[in-house]
Amino acid sequence: MTAADEAEVVAEGQVVEAVPKRAMTLGTGTSIAVLVVLLAIPLFAKNFIIFQMTMLLIYGIAVLALNILTGGSGQFSLGQSAFYAVGAYTSAILMEQFNVNYALTLPVAGIICFAAGFLFGQPALRLSGVYLALATFALATAMPQLLKLGYFEHWTGGVQGLVVTKPDAPEILQNALKAFSLKISQDMWLYYFTLVITVAIYLWSVNLLRSRSGRAFMSIRDNEIAASSMGVNVALYKTLAFGVSAGITGVSGGLGAIAVQFVAPDSYTITFAISLFLGMVVGGVGWLPGSFVGAAFIIFVPNISESISKGLSGAVFGVLLFLVIFLVPHGARQIAIVGQQLAGRFRR
Amino acid sequence: MRSCQLHAVALAAAVFALSSSAALAQKKYDTGASDAEIKIGNIMPYSGPASAYGVIGKTEQAYFNKINAEGGINGRKIKFISYDDGYSPPKAVEQARKLVESDEVLLIFNSLGTPSNSAIEKYMNARKVPQLFVATGATKWNDPKDFPWTMGWQPSYQSEAHIYAKYLIKEKPDGKIAVLYQNDDFGKDYLKGLKDGLGEKASMIIAEESYEATEPSIDGHVVKLRAAGADVFISITTPKFAAQAIKKLAEIDWHPLHIVSNVSASVGGVMQPAGYENAQGLLSAAYAKDGADPQWDSDPGMRKFFEFLAKYYPDANKLDGSLVYGYGVAQTLVQVLKQCGDDLTRENVMKQAASLKDFETDTLLPGVRINTSPTDFAPISQLKMMRFKGEKWDLFGEIISADLSN
Repeated sequence: MTAADEAEVVAEGQVVEAVPKRAMTLGTGTSIAVLVVLLAIPLFAKNFIIFQMTMLLIYGIAVLALNILTGGSGQFSLGQSAFYAVGAYTSAILMEQFNVNYALTLPVAGIICFAAGFLFGQPALRLSGVYLALATFALATAMPQLLKLGYFEHWTGGVQGLVVTKPDAPEILQNALKAFSLKISQDMWLYYFTLVITVAIYLWSVNLLRSRSGRAFMSIRDNEIAASSMGVNVALYKTLAFGVSAGITGVSGGLGAIAVQFVAPDSYTITFAISLFLGMVVGGVGWLPGSFVGAAFIIFVPNISESISKGLSGAVFGVLLFLVIFLVPHGARQIAIVGQQLAGRFRR
Repeated sequence: MRSCQLHAVALAAAVFALSSSAALAQKKYDTGASDAEIKIGNIMPYSGPASAYGVIGKTEQAYFNKINAEGGINGRKIKFISYDDGYSPPKAVEQARKLVESDEVLLIFNSLGTPSNSAIEKYMNARKVPQLFVATGATKWNDPKDFPWTMGWQPSYQSEAHIYAKYLIKEKPDGKIAVLYQNDDFGKDYLKGLKDGLGEKASMIIAEESYEATEPSIDGHVVKLRAAGADVFISITTPKFAAQAIKKLAEIDWHPLHIVSNVSASVGGVMQPAGYENAQGLLSAAYAKDGADPQWDSDPGMRKFFEFLAKYYPDANKLDGSLVYGYGVAQTLVQVLKQCGDDLTRENVMKQAASLKDFETDTLLPGVRINTSPTDFAPISQLKMMRFKGEKWDLFGEIISADLSN
């Protein structure tokens, strides 16, 4: 065995690879370019495409939340669908049963999910690695059943789910646009609404990971014993990471309910949790912008594989996924790095 | 030279405009229909937990291939665009929007699953695009007042349960009923129908057990229900669990009056795997013929069905009940489109779908007819009771109608 091989074995022992925090984000120039593109898309696209882009942002937020947990603090979760469901149901119930404005339901969904995640983080503390993944897996499997329970049926609509009304753009904006004889469709409004929230969450997450708490997360990820001997409260920060991740997932769940206009237990099965996990890996664990690339993967690649073969769409999807993991094991981050290097060489 | 060409083009354009405006006088089209073709959208779970039902979509595709090969409907070919939603409601919304806004279909036909259809119902009605003959037995699809663009096809679970309730009140008025049901919309809708049907005799139900579709085995539930002392066992289960229950009953030597829901009445899919000897005397109700049942081998309708399979879907498994379903529902759509004539607007499609009179498909039981009206959006609401004997179902009694509306 050569030294290089040995080094590889050692690296494999670590569950999540150490990602330096600077490598977690995009450069300012690139970020602004991406934002401009995102702002411009609805002006040229059909409503259906706008809807898909909205879903991309929403799933992107959910993957981002998982990325903070796994890429940031090194903990696994297959239970994100459960928090997403809680967020979605919180928004849906508040909107439909209590007539709360849709925008106000999102912070509530976030807070409830933060609390749920924080509480779930307590017992999960004692578990690590695959065991934690299993515990969260249990949460994801239980959630659809809990939502069907008779006790909550009055609010949740039971197995039939709840239909949510899609919001119009605020009247002030509509009137302002009318002055220029422009109109804003529900889809377009929802897209911009989601985009604003996405940008806010993204910036907040980047800052979080750059802050003292973020450093604590990463030190726990890289080496728990070293972290605790440096004075990091491991228990607190681990549960905190769970709470933050769940809270953000809850907000995206709420947005998802508004965009899809429907919540039902069957929307939030374990398959969805695995999709989010997949999105994270494809986007690059620990690379926040990759979350949105991952979200694009879980939305568009099933459609592509379906267009290749209807009967074997699952198998085609598997092959595509395998190719991605095999060719670019670090996901979109790897492509971005290569792109950056090429650009750098070009400049010289 | 150039002006000559221009003239020719202008002339051609004028002729075209004239001829098409003349044609427009009689023909009316909405998005998705033209002189040459009619675009039909469809959403099926080709992947995911309900992927067994994907056969329905494939049968429909095969049936439309047959229609096209025979010249289409009033000269128009059917273009059938079917997408996978993996039985996930958010994905169904995405696919429905893709069909309506990007593929620009005339209507969405036979999309499968209660959750998926619930998710797109509001959108379809807001857009005024027909959501025709949805593939679910939930009772809520018969609601023309609130959802005039949505229509079911098969008998609703509740109306089927009503029929069993009627039968039990008549034949076994002092029965003690145990119910095993799947904990989802199907099971709950059914249970509600049963209770409504029993009315004040609902106390006949002495035990209820629910199971999750993800459980590996339901043996424990069956044993529990037996311990409750019931002498009627109603199994509101999907095929896999229905077969398990039939086997388990034989194993523990419990012989109550056993009713299985129509969903699981397939000879090939349930009775054969459960063992014919265990299934003797079982009761159920049906509205369509069973492709695996030899009593229909010489039936003219079923002969046509088998010919269709041989020619257009040769690798199909004939025991699969989804084939009969897909064939029947596709035939109903073709009838609606025929009735539309040259007025292929969405409004007229719904109008024609709501005016089917005594229509019979090749696969419906003799005597069962499809009837709709502007206030009745439940095309099939008749069933016949049947008892399992030997290796097939024996139909008995009258055709029972159980029309229900919201």
